[in-house]
Amino acid sequence: MAEVPGLDVDALLGDENKHVIACCGSGGVGKTTTAAALALRAAEVHGRRTVVLTIDPARRLAQSLGVESLDNVPKAVAAVRGGSLDAMMLDMKRTFDEVVASHTTPERAAEIFANPFYQAVSSTFSGTQEYMAMEKLGQLRATGEWDLIVLDTPPSRSALDFLDAPARLARLLDGRVIRLLSASTPGARRSMLSLMGASAAVFTRVFNKVLGGHLLTDVAEFTASLEDTFGGFRKRAEATFRALQDDQTSFLVIAAPEPAAVGEAVYFTRRLTEERMPLDGMILNRLTPVAADLTAERALGAAAALEESDADDPVAAVLRTHADLARRRAAEERVAARYAAACPEVPQRWLPALGVEVVDLDDLRAFGAAAAGA
Amino acid sequence: MTASAIPVPRLHIVTGKGGTGKTSVAAALALALAGTGRRVLLVEVEGRQGIAPLFDAPSLGYEERHLAAGLDGGEVFGQSVDADEALLDYLTMFYRLGSAGKVLQKFGAIDFATTIAPGLRDILLTGKLKEAVSRSESGRMTYDAVVLDAPPTGRVVKFLNVTVESGRLAKTGPIGKHSRSVARMLHSSLTAVHVVTTPAAMPVQETVDAYKELMSADLPVGHLVLNKVAGAKAVEVGAEEIKAGLERAGLHSEDDLVSGLVEEYAAARAEIESVDAYRDRLEQLGRPVEELPLLPEGVDLSGLYQLARELRPGIIGERRNG
Repeated sequence: MAEVPGLDVDALLGDENKHVIACCGSGGVGKTTTAAALALRAAEVHGRRTVVLTIDPARRLAQSLGVESLDNVPKAVAAVRGGSLDAMMLDMKRTFDEVVASHTTPERAAEIFANPFYQAVSSTFSGTQEYMAMEKLGQLRATGEWDLIVLDTPPSRSALDFLDAPARLARLLDGRVIRLLSASTPGARRSMLSLMGASAAVFTRVFNKVLGGHLLTDVAEFTASLEDTFGGFRKRAEATFRALQDDQTSFLVIAAPEPAAVGEAVYFTRRLTEERMPLDGMILNRLTPVAADLTAERALGAAAALEESDADDPVAAVLRTHADLARRRAAEERVAARYAAACPEVPQRWLPALGVEVVDLDDLRAFGAAAAGA
Repeated sequence: MTASAIPVPRLHIVTGKGGTGKTSVAAALALALAGTGRRVLLVEVEGRQGIAPLFDAPSLGYEERHLAAGLDGGEVFGQSVDADEALLDYLTMFYRLGSAGKVLQKFGAIDFATTIAPGLRDILLTGKLKEAVSRSESGRMTYDAVVLDAPPTGRVVKFLNVTVESGRLAKTGPIGKHSRSVARMLHSSLTAVHVVTTPAAMPVQETVDAYKELMSADLPVGHLVLNKVAGAKAVEVGAEEIKAGLERAGLHSEDDLVSGLVEEYAAARAEIESVDAYRDRLEQLGRPVEELPLLPEGVDLSGLYQLARELRPGIIGERRNG
């Protein structure tokens, strides 16, 4: 196998031209921990004013960062040595409310907030979290308060959702079906409806029946009130999406040595490449740590030899433990190698599992140092 | 099957934190439930295609397909349920839409409807499950059990409870009515939600949280599955002894090798000891805890059968006692 280029994490964190690092990957690969550790290292080792935007951190990680409460604004992380690190946890509903409030009169905003469809979209729609993460990223960037923003992405069913969901939400709120519906509310332009003709009639009839009439009315009212308050969700989502394409941004794909996670990482890498998103590397977490240099086969052979004279030989137990670890590691490396085979040009960094849960800044420091190979 | 006051669960919902192996456990459970003459449907809902590779099978589609022979000669079928297709299915069934359905799909209306009506996707998916559970052919149930590889713990309660919440948005219309009947099944003893975890702090914590969340949503929690348990013996052994042992076995005994083995074994012992603590923590929840071994080479088809055999006594045994 050709030598895979190594990912130089410190060069990336210290690069003054990089202002956003987005950590992407499927659930359960250590995305949030990686984002937090990289942010801490950027602040402490590279002296950059850094903020980490986490989506749904595990409780103890949140505690160590001091972001247990959802207050939606970055707060300084205490006990950071040198540089500065702020952290925040995304409050999806509040971010959405802020977007609405900042673009309309208080009366109009109150109307929107009271709409049941708005309440549903802002709290349960499956793309809202992704869209709001992008929105928040845009806001943080606009303040110019930070040199570097490290972004953890939502725990989507698929890493691709992060790229697709904002556009989907925008399409939904801005799309022709919505226009059609807005057109069929009382007082709106009737011409739209006749333009769409028979299919519109079929559409409204069927969906009124299935969903119950009032839902479509709620939707129509909601979009009508949005129309004149801010100029199109689509434009907004597109602008954020484009901002992610510039070379001030860096994407890191995070994976774990499991077939599903590696498969997801490969798909995501392809999408990033197609969309001309700046992908700088892949970090593979959670490899089984192996400390002794001995093949599984030799360890098992030796264990069997020892057990011939004493079935309970404790050294045989030690050797069997090693053989298990070595086999696990070898199987993991075979899975991980699929990534290098599919995406040979992407620099990689493989990290053994730390063996303990990250509970404080020291653990994050250790993680960051391991990632940097320091 | 013995008669009893409480019906045995026929819908098995398998959830867990990402990376705990919930898909493998769901697949093994389906094999274990497929005893002699039984038919089991294994369903995934998020288009991940996680099931097919485990069985060395081509990608699953909306059509149910034979996947594998169960333990003792039953049959396991697989299906990947997609919300858009489920809606079309539903419209065709209730409104005899025919080709109009295709027009709607082309128009983007299907996508629109499943997107705007919050949770409509999940309602359709859970509705499809109910249909599979209650379907019968010539006087017998089509499937003796349905196993769902469900969304992870963080989202599963929202997913399962959507039918309850949808009442708020779809008060009228067939979706509302449909939701209520699906909700009744999901909250009954026909359903069991199994939670998969590994012996590590975060997944166990998430399992405890998910348990509480499921209980407060009044959803029936089934078994807790402690997966990927490394099966080593805990022995007392020091560096000197290891060095001597390596020499007896005819291996080189460089200091690096010895210290590496000491380090590995110390970590493994700590893990073995922590497994007991995690098991206790899970047992305190008062639900049966099943333990599955870590397969060093990952889970392949023969590994699935091994896991199925491990699961069977705990899960099927309980059923037989009724």
